[in-house]
Amino acid sequence: MRADTAAAYVIRGARLAGGEVTDLLLRDGIVAERGTGLSGGEVVDAAGLLALPGLVDLHTHLRQPGREDAETVESGSRAAALGGYTAVCAMANTDPVADTAGVVEQVYRLGREAGLVDVQPIGAVTVGLAGERLAELGAMADSAARVRIFSDDGHCVSDPALMRRALEYVKAFDGVVAQHAEEPRLTAGAQMNEGEVSARLGLAGWPAAAEEAVIARDALLAGHVGSRLHVCHVSTAGSVEILRWAKGKGIRVTAEVTPHHLLLTDELASSYDPVFKVNPPLRTAEDVQALREGLADGTIDCVATDHAPHTAEDKECEWAYARPGMLGLETALGVVAKAMVETGLLDWAGVVDRMSTAPARIAGLDGHGGDLRVGAPANLVLVDPRSPWTVEPHGLASLSVNTPYTGLELPARVVATFLRGTPTVLEGKAQW
Amino acid sequence: MIGHLLSAADLDRDDATLVLDTAAQMAAVSGREVKKLPTLRGRTVVNLFYEDSTRTRISFEAAAKRLSADVINFGAKGSSVSKGESLKDTALTLQAMGADAVVIRHPASGAPHRLAAWVAGSVVNAGDGTHEHPTQALLDAYTMRSRLGRVDGLRVAIVGDVLHSRVARSNVLLLATLGAQVTLVAPPTLLPVGVDAWPSEVAYELDPVLGKADVVMMLRVQRERMNQSFFPSAREYSRRYGLDGRRMALLPEHAIVMHPGPMNRGMEITPQVADSARSTIVEQVTNGVSVRMAVLYLLLSGGTKEAFREG
Repeated sequence: MRADTAAAYVIRGARLAGGEVTDLLLRDGIVAERGTGLSGGEVVDAAGLLALPGLVDLHTHLRQPGREDAETVESGSRAAALGGYTAVCAMANTDPVADTAGVVEQVYRLGREAGLVDVQPIGAVTVGLAGERLAELGAMADSAARVRIFSDDGHCVSDPALMRRALEYVKAFDGVVAQHAEEPRLTAGAQMNEGEVSARLGLAGWPAAAEEAVIARDALLAGHVGSRLHVCHVSTAGSVEILRWAKGKGIRVTAEVTPHHLLLTDELASSYDPVFKVNPPLRTAEDVQALREGLADGTIDCVATDHAPHTAEDKECEWAYARPGMLGLETALGVVAKAMVETGLLDWAGVVDRMSTAPARIAGLDGHGGDLRVGAPANLVLVDPRSPWTVEPHGLASLSVNTPYTGLELPARVVATFLRGTPTVLEGKAQW
Repeated sequence: MIGHLLSAADLDRDDATLVLDTAAQMAAVSGREVKKLPTLRGRTVVNLFYEDSTRTRISFEAAAKRLSADVINFGAKGSSVSKGESLKDTALTLQAMGADAVVIRHPASGAPHRLAAWVAGSVVNAGDGTHEHPTQALLDAYTMRSRLGRVDGLRVAIVGDVLHSRVARSNVLLLATLGAQVTLVAPPTLLPVGVDAWPSEVAYELDPVLGKADVVMMLRVQRERMNQSFFPSAREYSRRYGLDGRRMALLPEHAIVMHPGPMNRGMEITPQVADSARSTIVEQVTNGVSVRMAVLYLLLSGGTKEAFREG
C-alpha cells in the first residue's frame, strides 16, 4: 500500500451526478471541502469530467488463491481501479474454496496489501461449493474479513432445503445469500442459450426456465422465512418479471445484471469463439431489452461485472471445452454508458445508484456508495463521459485477455480513481 | 465455393450444383479400371479424426487418393492428441507440415470453425458434434438426383433424432438451398427448441407424411437416449418412428429410403426395408467418394467461379 495518504488533492471544476459543478478538496481520506476556488492540495483539472462515488462491484472473480496464472488479487484490483471501482466483492470459487475463515482472511489481507480497492471477500454457502452441507458461515462473518455475502457462484445452491437453511442462518449476522440461479438438472452439458441460435449451431441449450425456476423458488423461500436474497447475474426477460412480482409482494430480494448481458446477444456464439461463452449464457435481443428496462426501473438493483479472467489455454480451444466467463472490470462503466446512458434509459445519477450506491448498500460497505458530501470518505471516480476509446485486450490490466469487446468503441472513460483520498488512477493510468 | 467447407450454409445454389455436377464427372473416373486422376498430385490432405468413424475417414481417404493427393491420417488415438495437445497446437503442427487441406471430424460443435482460423489450408468439416456434416448432405443430394432426376421440388422426410443429428442440420440447409421441401419427423423431445426457424416443416406422426414423400431419410437413433427420457423405450420408438415393411408400403412407388449409416437395424429401420430395392444405403457410400473428390478438387484446384484463399 502507498504511504503518501497525507497528500491532498483539489479536484477542480468537476460536475457531480446531480449536475452541480464544484471543486472538491480531498484530504485525510475524506472530502474535506466542497465549493469553488478551493486550494490546499495538488490540483487535478476536472473540467468536463464527472465526479462520481467510486464504483462497487458485487461480483468479481480474482482467482487467488489457486489460479494466479489467470488473475491475482493485485492484478484484479488494478483492473478494478482502472475501471473506476473503489470496492469489489471477491467470489468464493477459488482453490481452495473460500469456505473457511482462513481463506477469506487470506483474500482480505491480499486486498489490503494491494491497496488499490477495498477487497471484500464473499464466503461460500456450502463446503467446497459442493451443495451438500453449510460452510461455517458464522466463522467467516466473525473473521477479520467480516463476510456478509455468501455465494456458491459458479454453482447453484440447488437443494431447496439447504437453500432455505442458508437463507435463515445468515439472518443472525445480517448476511445475504447471493444465488447463482441455475437448475442443474436442466442445464447438464449446456453450452449456450437454448433457442434458434443453439438449434442452428448444434450446441446444447441452457433454457431460460432453468434460471427463472430457481429465482421463483428462492424468492418464495426468502419470503417464507423473512430473509434477504440476492440474485446474481440475471439474464432473462422472465427473470425480470419474476423479480418484479417478488418485489411487489414485499419479498426482500435484490438482483444484479452484468454489463455483457446488457449489450451482447447469443448470435455472437455463431463464431464458435469461446470468448463469448459465459454462464449464464448470452441471451436474445428481447432479453437484453428487458434487462435494460428492469435496470432502469429498479427491478434490477445494480450492475455487477462477473469479471471472470481465464487463461488463453482455457479459451483458445473448442467452444465446448472452454471455461465460461468474461473480463468486465475495465469495460463495465463504458458498456453501461453505451447500453443505458446513450439510450436514454439512465442518467448519470442513475448510473451512480446502480453501480455504486445500490451495490454498496447490498454488500453493507458503509464507506462506499455515498454522496460526495463534506466529511464523506473520499472514494470517487472522475469520468470523461465524452471520450470514446476502443477496447484492446492487451491494453487491459488484467492478467487475462478474455474480453468480448475487442475492437468495440465505448463512449466513456475513467480518468482518475481515488480510494480514501489517494489516487489509484490518474490520467487513466494506474498509480502502482 | 469458398476456401473452406464448414457448413452446408456456405453453399449457395450455384455452388452446390457445381459440386454435384463435378461429382458426376468424378463418378465416371471411379468406374474406370484405373480409378485415378493426377489433379492433386503434390498436394497434401490431412484426415484429422477425433472420433472413430472408419467409413467417413476411408471415404475421404479414397477420394483424396483418387485425385493423387498425398494423404496423412491423423487419428486421435495413439497420437499427441490423446496426450492432451490442444487443437490449436495440432493446427499449428499441420500448418508447419504444409497441409493443403484438413478434413476434420470432431466431437465438439464448431471445432472446424476454430481450426479454420488457425490454418492457412482449406478446412473440410467431416462432422462436428451435433452441428453439421456437409459432405453427407451433398452425397445425399447427389443420391437423390441420380435416383429421382432432380432435387428441386422433392418432398423429403427426415425421421429420427434431429436434436443430436449433424446429418439433419446439413441436409435441411442444403435441401432448402436446392429447392426441396423438407419435413422433420420426430418425437418433440428429439427436435431442438428453435426448430421453427429452420426452412422445414415438422411432424410428430410418421404415417401421414409417408404417402407424399419422394424420399425418406432415416436417422440413427441411439438406444441410450431412452436413459435420458427422450423416449420411453426402444420398442415404443420403433413402433412410432421406425420404418418397417408396413410403413414402406405407404410410400409412393418411386420413393427411396436413405440412411447415413451406421444403422441400428431393428431400431429405426427393419432389415426388410434396409435391404429393399428402395434402399439407397449402399449407393450413398459409393456416391460419398465421388462427392468428396468433387469437394477436394474444387477447394484445392481453384476450379471455381470465385477466388480462393491461399492454400
